[in-house]
Amino acid sequence: MAEMVAKGVWVEVHGTVLPAGQRAPQVPQDTQGVPLEMRVKGLLVAPAALGEEAEIVTPTGRKLRGRLATVNPAYTHSFGAPIPELSGIGGEVKAILKEQEGTE
Amino acid sequence: MTPHSSYEAVMARRAEIVRKSIGLDYDRYRKGVLAFDYEGLLADTGYDLGAVQAIQCRTAVGNTPLVELKNITALVRSVARRGKGARIFVKDEAANPSGSFKDRRASVSVHEAKRRGYEGVAAATSGNYGAAVASQAAKAGLRCVVVQEAFDSKGVAQPEIAEKTRACEAYGAEVVRLSVGPELFYVFLLVLEETGYFNASLYTPYSILGIETLGQELATQMQDRVGRFPDVVLVTHAGGGNLTGTARGLRQAGAGDTTVIAVSVDLAGLHMASDRDFNRKSFTTGHTGFSLPFTTWPDRADVPRNAARPLRYMDRFVTVTQGEVFYATEVLAALEGLERGSAGNTSLAAAFAIARELDQDQTVVVQETEYTGAGKHPIAQLNLAKRFGVELSRGDPRDNQPGRAIVIPEHPSQIEVVDVDLQHVRRSYLRNALASCPTGAKLNEDDLAFLAAETRSSLADVMEVIDELQGKT
Repeated sequence: MAEMVAKGVWVEVHGTVLPAGQRAPQVPQDTQGVPLEMRVKGLLVAPAALGEEAEIVTPTGRKLRGRLATVNPAYTHSFGAPIPELSGIGGEVKAILKEQEGTE
Repeated sequence: MTPHSSYEAVMARRAEIVRKSIGLDYDRYRKGVLAFDYEGLLADTGYDLGAVQAIQCRTAVGNTPLVELKNITALVRSVARRGKGARIFVKDEAANPSGSFKDRRASVSVHEAKRRGYEGVAAATSGNYGAAVASQAAKAGLRCVVVQEAFDSKGVAQPEIAEKTRACEAYGAEVVRLSVGPELFYVFLLVLEETGYFNASLYTPYSILGIETLGQELATQMQDRVGRFPDVVLVTHAGGGNLTGTARGLRQAGAGDTTVIAVSVDLAGLHMASDRDFNRKSFTTGHTGFSLPFTTWPDRADVPRNAARPLRYMDRFVTVTQGEVFYATEVLAALEGLERGSAGNTSLAAAFAIARELDQDQTVVVQETEYTGAGKHPIAQLNLAKRFGVELSRGDPRDNQPGRAIVIPEHPSQIEVVDVDLQHVRRSYLRNALASCPTGAKLNEDDLAFLAAETRSSLADVMEVIDELQGKT
């Protein structure tokens, strides 16, 4: 049995708003073939198991139901590795300015 | 999480939901089939420039520094013909409370919501505007919901939007994150209906009046620094509010002769509602995916009549490539010590090309910067692009192909702008205007005068194009 998550824990719930094939008529084919999904974070209203239906209260006080997807969801966006195609630009433009100073 | 009301049912209630959430009776301003009293709609809000300045003074919005980019000017002069290379200045809008000019728009909307007794505000936005509304709502003690298009069907979030989710949550907002698709508006309407919150739309009169201070400030700052108004102001152009508000502010400051140039990142070939293309854009705003549709038909917005009407105010419309903007962003950090977000640097990239053609005693103002950080940085965007198979190289920016290849210039002399044909844009606007008319409706004199003002054309020109589009010539 999936581990129970306690009431009051900060979680994210997930749900389907519109299933694939029932999207708005104007969306392109690739989008038409996938559902419109929704993810919202809030505090768990009652103990629930991961992957099961759960209710949250959001920071505005709204109550929403969805599948309990993540407990204390992390911010994972980052920078990543430096980009070699950008790394040289600073040196190049400084060299142009230096050369320019020499000719003036 | 299945909504209690179907897509069709909610869209059918759209007008009623929007009316309640803004509290403006747009019908009062209707003058014909297409025409409406644009200036009356703005004036009746009661917020003139002085009133907006007073609100923004209390919320620490605006009065941002105007910085002369002396080293970039020197770089541009090194690749310009003798005597050419205008002085370049930037309005450092990243100094606003949530890090972008969007605080100007949010400040008036949130003030109006509070004044009218709404408990909270809601906005449909994946960009800086969400953080701006959340920040202003926090200060005003109002609740806030931001609805974002945030991730694709594989669950991969666009890192810039992920950063905006974090910022909104830091300001205490509820963030509703959606996968790709224009049905975001459906979810937004459901949120408005359920909460009864004020619709802090990007396109209400409040949002546009909030930006007028930006144009007014930069005109006054240039007057103080250089002794005259700028020759050119470059505006990063997406939905049209930035351009409309800035140009109106310039005019009110007396700088009506300043040339206003709209600049967008060229994203030709990428579909804005495509799940596949979503994470291949490398830009979430300032691009042609917004600017072309909104310039050629502003009333596609989430309010009945859009207060952002960019075609009325632009003297020229140009595009730059993704690679050119990333290059300009690197140069701004390396030569001027300003590390700023790339989308906000769209018009900076154009400044390299436009200043090069102007005389040295002329001036160019780039009217915004935005904050940068995790996710919202060229390194984050280019790592995502590589992950999605977009080829990255140094070379001729003309070889840049949105969604396939990002080409970073090898030298500042390679940066060029491409003009969007304004005659073509005006024609598209008129085609869209005609298509929006109910069948059999006849345009009256007010309509024709409105279309002339909208397209900055003569009545005769408007009538000629309409006849042509209707097959009468």
